[in-house]
Amino acid sequence: MTTTGTDRILLAHGGGGQLTEELLRDHILPRLNNDVLAELGDSANLTVGSKSLCFTTDSYVVKPLFFNGGDIGKLAVCGTVNDLAVAGAKPVALAMSMIIEEGFEFAQLEKILASIGEGARQNDVAIVTGDTKTVEAGSADKIFINTAGIGVRLGGVDLGFDKIAVGDKILINGTIGDHGMTIISQREDIKFQSQLSSDCAGLASLTCRLLQESGGIRFMRDPTRGGLAATLNEIAKATGLSIEIREADIPINPVVQAAADMLGFDVLNIANEGKFVAIVSSEAVDSCLEICRDHPLGKEANVIGQVTESTDTPSVELATKIGGRRIVQMPYGRELPRIC
Amino acid sequence: MLERIHNAQGLIDSACRKLGRQINIMEVCGTHTVAIFRNGIRSILPKTLKLLSGPGCPVCVTDQSYIDIVLQLADREDCLIATYGDMIRVPGEKGSLETRSAKANVKVVLSTEDALQLAKDNPGKTVVFVAVGFETTTPATAVVVKEAAEQAVENFYILAGHKLVVPAMCALVSEKNHNIDAFLCPGHVSAIIGYGAFAEVVDAFSRPCVVAGFEPVQIVEGLAEICRQLADGKAQLKSVYKAVVTETGNVSAQKAIAECFEPADGYWRGLGKIPKSTLRLKDKYSRFDAFKRFGLIETPSEDTTGCRCGEVLCGLIDPQQCGLFETKCTARTPIGPCMVSSEGACAAWYKYGRDKKT
Repeated sequence: MTTTGTDRILLAHGGGGQLTEELLRDHILPRLNNDVLAELGDSANLTVGSKSLCFTTDSYVVKPLFFNGGDIGKLAVCGTVNDLAVAGAKPVALAMSMIIEEGFEFAQLEKILASIGEGARQNDVAIVTGDTKTVEAGSADKIFINTAGIGVRLGGVDLGFDKIAVGDKILINGTIGDHGMTIISQREDIKFQSQLSSDCAGLASLTCRLLQESGGIRFMRDPTRGGLAATLNEIAKATGLSIEIREADIPINPVVQAAADMLGFDVLNIANEGKFVAIVSSEAVDSCLEICRDHPLGKEANVIGQVTESTDTPSVELATKIGGRRIVQMPYGRELPRIC
Repeated sequence: MLERIHNAQGLIDSACRKLGRQINIMEVCGTHTVAIFRNGIRSILPKTLKLLSGPGCPVCVTDQSYIDIVLQLADREDCLIATYGDMIRVPGEKGSLETRSAKANVKVVLSTEDALQLAKDNPGKTVVFVAVGFETTTPATAVVVKEAAEQAVENFYILAGHKLVVPAMCALVSEKNHNIDAFLCPGHVSAIIGYGAFAEVVDAFSRPCVVAGFEPVQIVEGLAEICRQLADGKAQLKSVYKAVVTETGNVSAQKAIAECFEPADGYWRGLGKIPKSTLRLKDKYSRFDAFKRFGLIETPSEDTTGCRCGEVLCGLIDPQQCGLFETKCTARTPIGPCMVSSEGACAAWYKYGRDKKT
């Protein structure tokens, strides 16, 4: 029995929130731990000879397979590219494995492969090795894709929780919640789904430019599962510092907000697939913002808050639009639609 | 928007100064509770104005015996349970629907239509829809019951647990030890029943009732209107949600409810048995009644030991006064339904309002 009171895996264990953290802490790390893994970064930092490399992997099990703004193929490339990008690396090559359910249509597979090819081209990475497996009908849900990626860390770049200091600014490259609300709305067949579109995109061209053209970048992370709330809480916990964000400055597409309100979701907890949070020194923040806004993936970039001294326990606090304040918690792991 | 907020804040401040005592306003609706916390509204109100979170979260007010019946049905091999998402984490004696969903006989649905479709797609199973919620969700249940009758869907049943808001409000202010000065009335429910429905509370109990929407500005303006009435020694019925809520409400939705359901005495968590406060299927539609199909009877039940959700729902204590809050009962390991539901008072306190603890 775990603290969740269950002897089985729940869906929420994969949600990127408290339960995912518990799964890692209580089950995975005690058995596999080593210095590199212990950092729990988006990518592992490896030194091979004189080279600094970043290495990462991710599995993609999205439903529906095709959604506004992307599909599982695009996601499988961009997601892994982004894990390398926020670690300060230029992606070099990807490996890809597909687990395909018996009976899956070739037409759909072709579409997915075409978008994997297109995604790799756009992100300037090659799929250099891979594997395919098929399983009996019912043993998997259509298709699961795993990608692993390797990248070269940019020279002079040194990112980490330990670089973050009081007074640093928090920057995001655009609107939040688009991917998660698109998937949820399409899955649940909600009427305004056509107006929603996933932000799924590979961020390496923007992050590399940012790192090459501006100093002062302390840390980056892509707020995927668990959304902005999870990422900021991870930062607060790891640094022992608090974070203040301003609701009025967080870019949110009004349709995403409306969809989230309807289902009773907090947009701060909703997944993104084309966003990064950067912690930047206050001296460098203006130039970083300028570089972002000059890039197609950062047009709506904004500074949303800052790192502050922690008075008691580190926390994330939101200054609301009406002048109130509230805590932003680590999400539980699975957002449940409300009844009315 | 900020100007309207500041004006309303000014009205609240001066009314509270004039009153010179603590006033307690109950927001009846769970959506209000969440909006109040999410927007940090408590942090901009004077200390003498206390907001109480009322019995307006459908999951929270559902009696434990109903939950236990749902769990009992979920254990049957021949049943598929269709439920709104909020319900799946409410614990019973032996786990919750979430821990049972590994068995794949619990399906989260977003609409009653999805539940009916589930029955059509699974003719070999008995599909039971967990029909909870207030007047906002009842019309959708009524529509699907009528559809099931017209289309002669044999394997579809509903476990009717729908509740009525006004009888609960009357029951709260009938209690001797209640501390409610006024009600901020639910916008969604009022859109269906009309704000006129709250006249009973105003007339019989002299409590101001103000209907507000869910935007922060509407909530603060609703509170300002209540404070103004209290400072002037008045109790009136008002709506500051005029774009959506009319005095008579949505008549066709009311007709849909009346076609399928009739009021019956029913059990509420924390409030006990309230006359004519729940809805049961009319005889005409009784063949869709899961209680009858499985010979089930809802009986009053004891709440989990130590859980004070009942008192929280009545506005008698704040969640932090419950001994389980934050210790045994957390968002990860909820014990009471007010912690389970995203609209529950305890979940909102835990998520947005508690002290800076991790």
